[in-house]
Parts: sequence; C-alpha cells; structure tokens
Amino acid sequence: MGRVVITGMGIYSCIGKNLDEVKQSLYDGKSGIIYDTDRESFGFRSCLTGMVEPVSLKKELHRRQRLSMGAESTYAYVATIEALKNAEIDQAFIEKNEVGIIYGNDSTSLSVVESIDKIREKKDTTLVGSGAIFKAMNSTVTMNLSTIFKLTGVNFTISAACASGSHSIGMAYQLIKSGLQDCVICGGAQEINKFAMASFDGLGVFSVNANNPQKASRPFDKDRDGLVPSGGGATLILESYDAAIKRGAPILGEVVGYGFSSNGEHISTPNSIGPAKAMRKALEQANLSPNQIDYINAHATSTPVGDANEAKAINEVFAENNTPVSSTKSMTGHECWMAGASEVIYSMLMMKNSFIAPNINLDNPDEHSSKLNLVKKTVNKKIDVFLSNSFGFGGTNSALIIKKYQN
Amino acid sequence: MSKEEIIYETNNFLVDEFEVEEEDICPDANLKETLELDSLDYVDLVVSVESNFNVKLGAEDFTNIVTLQNFYDLIEDKLN
Repeated sequence: MGRVVITGMGIYSCIGKNLDEVKQSLYDGKSGIIYDTDRESFGFRSCLTGMVEPVSLKKELHRRQRLSMGAESTYAYVATIEALKNAEIDQAFIEKNEVGIIYGNDSTSLSVVESIDKIREKKDTTLVGSGAIFKAMNSTVTMNLSTIFKLTGVNFTISAACASGSHSIGMAYQLIKSGLQDCVICGGAQEINKFAMASFDGLGVFSVNANNPQKASRPFDKDRDGLVPSGGGATLILESYDAAIKRGAPILGEVVGYGFSSNGEHISTPNSIGPAKAMRKALEQANLSPNQIDYINAHATSTPVGDANEAKAINEVFAENNTPVSSTKSMTGHECWMAGASEVIYSMLMMKNSFIAPNINLDNPDEHSSKLNLVKKTVNKKIDVFLSNSFGFGGTNSALIIKKYQN
Repeated sequence: MSKEEIIYETNNFLVDEFEVEEEDICPDANLKETLELDSLDYVDLVVSVESNFNVKLGAEDFTNIVTLQNFYDLIEDKLN
C-alpha cells in the first residue's frame, strides 16, 4: 500500500476567502456568524448563520459552464482554483495525467426550489432552462468541476450528511493508497440559503441566541443551545507520495488514517460508541497510539447531546492523554457537508503554523467536556499529528488522521 | 411589434443573456456559430424568446434557421 500526501488546499469560508485570511481568523478566534433578517419572515426559529459573499465567475468561466452551477459549485470552484495553484498543478498537467474528483455535497435546495417554482409558474418544463437539471442534482459539484477542469479519473459525489467532506478525503485516500489513482481532488461544499436550512431549523436544534450571534456557537459549553448553520467550499489535492515526489510537488502533509463507522441507531441522535469506533479504527490504520496525537479537531457542533457524546467518545479513546481538543465550529458554525474537509484544512493550517485555534465561547464546560483538555484561547504549539472528527445524520462517522510530512 | 423592435429586443438578449459580442451581430451571421450554440443552448433560446416576446418556440422551429435574420423572421412569424 502506497503513501498518500496532501499537496494543495483551498478554502472559501465565512472566516476567510482564502488560506491566509482563514489562518488569521483561526489564530484570532474570529467568528463568521451573522443574523440573517430574511429568515425571520420565512418562519425560521433561528436566523443565525455563517455567511459568505456570492461568487461571480463571469470573467473566469463561459456562460455555458456557469449556467450549470449553483452556489455550492461556485464555492467549490474558488476553493479548487486555490488548491490547484498551491499544489502547482496547471491545466496542462491535468490534461496529461489522470486526475480524479470525489467531493462531498448533500443538497442543492435553492436550485431545486427555483426550478420547480419556474415550472409551476410557466407550466412548461422547457422554460426552466438548460442549466436547471445540472444545478439540481446532488452530484452538481463533481459534474461541474470535472467538466470545467477536464478531469479523466474517478468522478463521483459523496453524500454522507455532515461527514460528506471527511468521507470524500477518506475515499480519495483509499483509492490512492490502493494504487487505483495518483491524484484526486477532494473536499466539501455547502450552500448557504434559507431553503437549504429551513427543515433543519424545524427540528429545533439551531441556537436561538439572536442577541449575540458571534457567541451563539459554543461547542462543549454547558450553556450551548444548538448549532449555527454555515457553508462555503473546501478543496484538498491528494496524491500518491511517489507521484508527488516525481513532479516535485509541495508536500503539505500525509494522510495516515481513515476510520469510519455507522451507529446503527437513531436517525438524528448520535451516540458515543460509533464515533469512538471510527477514532480507534483511524488510530489502528495509522499505527499510532492515542498519546501520539497532538491535537483533536472535534466535530462538536454546539448541540447538547452531540457534544456530550463526542466528549464521552474522546474520553474513552484518549483517556488520560490530555490531548488538546477544540471545535472550530465555535467560529465557523456548522459547515455541514463541507465541514469534514474544511476542518482538515483548518487543522493543516494550525499544524503548518504551530498553533491550536481556540474553541471560542467556552465559558463553562459541562460534565463530560470538563474531562477534556479543551483549548479556550489560542495556544502556540507544535503539531506533528492531528485527528479530525466528522459525524452526520444517519449515524455516519469519519475520523481522519494527518501527519506532518517527513520524508 | 415592428420588425425593428424585434431585432432590437433579440439583439439585447443575445448580448445580455448569451454574452454575444455586439460587433458579431449582423443579419447574415450564422446563428449557431455566432452564439457558439450546443444542443443545450437551444433550450435557453426558447426560454429567452418566451420571456422577451411571450411566444413559445419548439425544437422543430429551428430546423431551417441558419442566420440571425432567419431567427428574427421566425420570431416575427410567431408573433403574427
């Protein structure tokens, strides 16, 4: 089995539109959460959300290409351009080599609503236009990026709720490790609009701390009252070690473990057994013991039950190691389908710049989180290995372990 | 609607929605080449004609359309 390295990263998130901006926000503990008044009249219980600027690609892409892209694809495109650039991969390389894509995405609500509204109004399906179908399918990101960049390798979307982005990295890792691919673009994208999150809001699991939007997402804090939805795009370039060395690529890190599991229980309520199993499997695959992990980027979304169960799982696996833990969702909100990929990038930025970003808004840990070594303020610390957790509806769990590159 | 108005409105949506360069628009220009049309783009021409002129074109209407002048004439026929 071959080694798998990360050679490029790109990010478009509510705490920054590129790697430099995001790194600074992480270091400063800056929140990207706002109050969206438009959600009030639509019947939302919580109007809090992460927010990114809409992306205009009129100069970059042909009309035909843009017609097929919803917001999530535009975020993914921007992140992918940045990732390819810092991986030093140009279009000529892509057209000479078999490059694939596996991307996480689990909704296209705005595109679906807009197209169906149009058909209802016109009572004629032709009048919805030619781009509607390609914007409305869940695989919209992979179908758009694979055609824009002329990719000829693996090409599919991972839909695994809030673990989609993480599983996309895991699957790309497996394909490269087994020798089936040499270079795969992976990541996660998440639309930000009221249609995407309305039914999620209806479950009553979003924070209603409307008076303090930037304090609303408070993973592990005993006064947390729910998550804050968010979104954007996050892309990583994974390559086989041999291929990366051969082309003299910049190597940013090495994927060494991908543990997955399914809870096999409730559709929305998480447990601690499944997450613990995913973390153990990742450690086993990486051939590492818990005390060799320098930092855990928790999935913790700021929901009472989810955070408590993850804290229990981390305690169970990492026991007395006192491993530093933080949830960057305290700043970004829950980036859902994108989160598993963006949080690997956030952790990579910490590893590269030797700091641990804080779990902001953590004033009073609860019973379970008080047993963790939670990082409340930015810590300057060398990280050689980190673990990133992602869990989702349906009980899907993913844990990734990434090491600093050493030849 | 006069012929001039049809041409004016059509040229406007070709520039705004299909991003055709104004200098490329002339009655003798080949519609498919000027607009760089592929099979999907004909759907969008139907959408644009409907939203600008409130008339519905079908795929069969494009059978004999070669130039922009043919296209203006087609819209005029449909309007009448």
